[in-house]
Amino acid sequence: MEAFTTHTGVGVPLRRSNVDTDQIIPAVYLKRVTRSGFEDGLFAAWRSDEHFILNQEPYKAASVLVAGPDFGTGSSREHAVWALMDYGFRVVVSSRFADIFRGNSGKQGLVAAQCSQSDVELLWKLLESEPGTPVTVDLTDKTVRAKDLVAPFEIDDYTRWRLLEGLDDIALTLRHEAEISGFEGNRQTWLPTTDPLPAV
Amino acid sequence: MSRTLAEKVWEAHVVRHGSGAEPDLLYIDLHLLHEVTSPQAFDGLRLANRKLRRPDLTIATEDHNVPTVDIDKPIADPVSRLQVETLRRNCAEFGVRLHPMGDLEQGIVHVVGPQLGLTQPGMTVVCGDSHTSTHGAFGALAFGIGTSEVEHVMATQTLPLRPFKTMAINVDGALKPGVTAKDIILAVIAKIGTGGGQGYVLEYRGEAIANLSMEARMTVCNMSIEAGARAGMIAPDETTFDYIKGRPHAPSGADWDAAVAYWQTLKTDDDAKFDAEVHIDADELTPFVTWGTNPGQGLPLGANIPDPEQIADENERVAAEKALAYMGLEPGTPLRDIHVDTVFLGSCTNGRIEDLRAAADVIKGKHVASGVRMLVVPGSMRVRKQAEEEGLDKVFLDAGAEWRQAGCSMCLGMNPDQLAPGERSASTSNRNFEGRQGKGGRTHLVSPLVAAATAVRGTLSAPADLEN
Ligand code: SF4
Repeated sequence: MEAFTTHTGVGVPLRRSNVDTDQIIPAVYLKRVTRSGFEDGLFAAWRSDEHFILNQEPYKAASVLVAGPDFGTGSSREHAVWALMDYGFRVVVSSRFADIFRGNSGKQGLVAAQCSQSDVELLWKLLESEPGTPVTVDLTDKTVRAKDLVAPFEIDDYTRWRLLEGLDDIALTLRHEAEISGFEGNRQTWLPTTDPLPAV
Repeated sequence: MSRTLAEKVWEAHVVRHGSGAEPDLLYIDLHLLHEVTSPQAFDGLRLANRKLRRPDLTIATEDHNVPTVDIDKPIADPVSRLQVETLRRNCAEFGVRLHPMGDLEQGIVHVVGPQLGLTQPGMTVVCGDSHTSTHGAFGALAFGIGTSEVEHVMATQTLPLRPFKTMAINVDGALKPGVTAKDIILAVIAKIGTGGGQGYVLEYRGEAIANLSMEARMTVCNMSIEAGARAGMIAPDETTFDYIKGRPHAPSGADWDAAVAYWQTLKTDDDAKFDAEVHIDADELTPFVTWGTNPGQGLPLGANIPDPEQIADENERVAAEKALAYMGLEPGTPLRDIHVDTVFLGSCTNGRIEDLRAAADVIKGKHVASGVRMLVVPGSMRVRKQAEEEGLDKVFLDAGAEWRQAGCSMCLGMNPDQLAPGERSASTSNRNFEGRQGKGGRTHLVSPLVAAATAVRGTLSAPADLEN
C-alpha cells in the first residue's frame, strides 16, 4: 500500500449524517470479483441526481470528502473504501466513523480523519462559500488545513504509523509466525474443524 | 481478576499481546466465506503468492446472489453467476469445503454454521459479513470483517485487534405472548440508537434472554450490528448445550464432557464490571416495527408515525424527515394503517425453523390478503427440508404464499428477489436502509409473527389483530 504523509486536494462538503455503506456503494455494484473499478458505484443513487454535489464543478474532482457524523455505518463491505479510493478520494473527514469502516480505511490507505463536529461545520461553510478550496490533510501533525482554518483530527497511533510507512497488514503479522504456530499447538483438541465428515 | 464473558473469550485467543499502540493478535477458530466478500481476498492471496493457512478451519457457502427459484438452471444474472463461479473456482484451488446451490447444507452462512454444529461456545468466529454477530448467541466472540481482513485471516488465521469495550444489555422480566426476540432487539436498537453500541461487544443478559430458545437468541445477536456494535454475546447454558449436542461437528464422548466443562466457565463473573449497562423491561415490550430507513427508527406497532417537528436533536430530525419522504409516510399515521405490497419471511435474522413454525401457526387456515405477495424463504436447504417434513410448506402454499429455495433472497437487492421502486414490504430481515431490498423499495422490519399477520390483513398487524 502507498505511504501517506500529506495530501492536498479539492474538498467536497457532504451534508449528510449516517451515510451508510449501502449509500456509499449499493449492493448491486458489489458483484465484481476484481480489486478495482468500483468508482462507478460510488454514491450511485445520489449521483443519478444531476444536482448532487459530486456532479457539480469543481467538486467532481474532489479527493477530500467532508461528511456528517456516523459515516460508513451498516454493512461491513470493504467495497465502500475501494469505491471512495477508486473515485479518487484519499481522505474522509467526519466527526464519527463506524468501526468497521474506520478499520477498512486504515488497511487500504484511505485516511479516516475524525474532527470535531464544529470543525466539520466550519469546513462545510468554507467549501460551500468558496468551492474548490484546496484542503490539506497532514498525517504528520494530524491536522486538516484549508485557508485559515486549522482543524486537528484524531486517528489512532498504530493506524497512523502504518499509513505513514505504507505497511501491509499480513506481512506485519507473519513476522510472528512462530507464535502463531505455538498457539496452534496448544488449542483444545475437541475444537471443530471443517473437514468433511465421513458419510453415514 | 473478574472478567466479562467477552474478555474471557478474548484472552483465550490472544496469540500475542500488542505493546503500546499495537493491537493484540487474536487467533480465529472458524472462518466462514461466501461469494461476495471473498473473491478479492483470494485474489490478494494469489497476487502475493500466499497460501490459505487453515482450510480445515474454513468453510464456504453460496447465499447472497443465489436465486430462490429454478436453482437447477444457471444463474441468469451474469455478474451473480461470475461471483458464484469464482467462489467455486477459488474453493477448489485453495482446498476449502463449499456447499454450493442445491446442496443440502447450502444456505445463509449464519444459518449453516450453527446448524452444522461448527459454531460453539468460546470460539472466535469471523466472516466477511456484518451479521456474523449471530454466532455470538452461543457465547462465541463472532464479528464481521472487511475483505482485507478476510485475506488476513486466510493467510494467518489471526487478526490484529484492539479490545472492545463491553456493554451489558439487561432484559429483565418475561415477554408477553406474541412478543418475540425480534421485538427485543428492535426495542434495544431504538433505545440505544444505531451508533449506541459502537466500539462495544454487547452481552445480552437477564431473565428474558435466559428464557429464549437458541434460535431466538440468534435473532437477538444477529442485529447487534444494527446498534453499531461489532458483536453480541449470550452466555452459554443448558439451552446452548442441548442445541449443539448431536450436531454433525459437535464434540462427542469424552470430548463432549471436556467441552461442556469448559463452556460452563464462560460467563461473566459476578463482580465483573461492564463499561456500560442498559436495562430493558421485557414485560413492557409489544410487537415492534420500523417506520424509517434505519433500524433505530422503530416504534411499538400501536404507535403513530412520529412528527419530525417534535424531535429536538437536529441530526435526528433531518434524518426523520428524509426517512419519511423516502418511505412515503405522513406524521401521525397509525402504523397499523400502513399497507404493504410484499411480505418477506426469511434472512439470517428470521429464516430458521422456529421462525417458519411461528409464522405458519399464525397463517394456518387463513389467506394472504389480495394484492399482497408473500415470500417464504428458508435460511438453509436443511431448514427447508425440515419445514417440508413438518408440512409447513403446505401451510404457506395453501395461504397463497410462495415457498422458495434457501438464500439471502429479499434481504438485500443482489439477487432476483427485489422490491420494485415505491413498493413497500414488511420484512423479517435486519436492514431497512434506502434501496436495501431493491432500488426505491420501502422496508418495515418486523418479527415473523407480525409478518404473518400483516400478510393476512395487508396492513402492519400483530397476530392479536386477526382475532378481532
Ligand atoms: S440474509 Fe441478509 S443480512 Fe443475512 S447474510 Fe444474507 S444478506 Fe446478509
